[in-house]
Amino acid sequence: MNTVSSLLDKDWHERYKRIAKLNIRSSIYDVTNRCNLRCKGCFFFSSNEHIAAQEEMDIKKWEEFIDHEKERGVNLAILIGGEPTLCMDRVEAFYKRIPSYCATNGLIKVDRNKFPDMMVGISLWGGGEDEKILRGRDTFAISSKNYAGDHYAYYLYTITPRQVGKIEPVIKRIVDVGLKVHLQLLSNDEGVDGFSWKESELKDLRLEMDEVLDKYPQTLISSKYYHEVITTGKMLGRSFGWMECPSVTEALDNRKPQPRRLIHFVRWASDLKTVHRCCTSATRDCSTCKDGAAHMSWIMVSKRAHVSSTKDLQNWIEVYEMFAKLYSLIPW
Amino acid sequence: MPESNDIKGIIKRVSEIIIEELKLEDITVATFNPDLDLIDELGIDSMDLATIALVLQDEYKIVIDEDDYPKLKTVRLIAEYIQGKKTEKN
Ligand code: SF4
Ligand code: SF4
Repeated sequence: MNTVSSLLDKDWHERYKRIAKLNIRSSIYDVTNRCNLRCKGCFFFSSNEHIAAQEEMDIKKWEEFIDHEKERGVNLAILIGGEPTLCMDRVEAFYKRIPSYCATNGLIKVDRNKFPDMMVGISLWGGGEDEKILRGRDTFAISSKNYAGDHYAYYLYTITPRQVGKIEPVIKRIVDVGLKVHLQLLSNDEGVDGFSWKESELKDLRLEMDEVLDKYPQTLISSKYYHEVITTGKMLGRSFGWMECPSVTEALDNRKPQPRRLIHFVRWASDLKTVHRCCTSATRDCSTCKDGAAHMSWIMVSKRAHVSSTKDLQNWIEVYEMFAKLYSLIPW
Repeated sequence: MPESNDIKGIIKRVSEIIIEELKLEDITVATFNPDLDLIDELGIDSMDLATIALVLQDEYKIVIDEDDYPKLKTVRLIAEYIQGKKTEKN
């Protein structure tokens, strides 16, 4: 029988032990239904999640709710929206109670006096031209000023099919402002012309992602195994999709057989009562879903399946470390 | 019903349950080292522990608190935990 120590040398085993003891219980929260942008392809607006529930406006209710979430065992609050920085009092209520991560478009700067070590993921949809087409403006010009050199911020670069062959200049811009970057892929929820993936593009992209990782290892928070899994949708011979996805809200998960999943995971709407199906849009077609966090989690919940060879287990460790860094659970 | 509630009997039964529930290959009750670290060596995670805990709760009529999972690191520790819970009850 394979055991972890029989597959790993001392250094890898230490890395394994460091992450094996992290007992991550994450949930996702729509902090608000509002946003200061309206990006084409934003799953939140395209699937009408912004009107699925009426936003709770009473901060006391938020505080009670978060206390309850903490009691429920949540030890990582992932704050999304809409744009969470439009409601800093709610973000603060989370931050004071639970280790929190804030996704933002970066147009509003998080006050580091109040949130010295809250990890901030800044969305970026490509170079200036693509950003203008999809988001109406080049957000990087503003977000990079707000966060240059910030040790607790990184770019979450959503790559579109049009970006294939062009990602290095975007990475260089990020290097120049002293930030890090994590890569994910656009799921074209609104069917914008030219933004749906073709097999050949995904193949090329995988190679390109590997190349930039080799070239900018200090800037990219990534792993080649993650690149493989997200571009192919395959892991250890299995195919990603509804029957495999780990990021489904527990109460709505009626799948049989029950796949390996995130324990007690819930995605809450901003009324603090409604729950959404999963970490992304309920109207998204799971067979074409490219959600980066769901793919990472898919790997992470499949630990034992990776205790089969040294390479598989090392791949698993790298992805888990990547996740832990992205959410500030271990240092960069 | 558990065939034996002494520590050896519980260790044997816990090993059987783990092998069965987690579909472990290349290992039998006879070769299962009760002191093997299930997390650090076998790669068991909290979801696996939850699966095992459900079966153990049923079989031994005890409640296993999720907060106790980190303590349940080996088959022997699980067996001792079960024994402790049963003693508490009686
Ligand atoms: S900034 Fe984010 S929440 Fe706002 S519209 Fe764009 S993708 Fe959606
Ligand atoms: S849309 Fe993606 S994240 Fe949501 S359930 Fe389907 S596969 Fe999972």
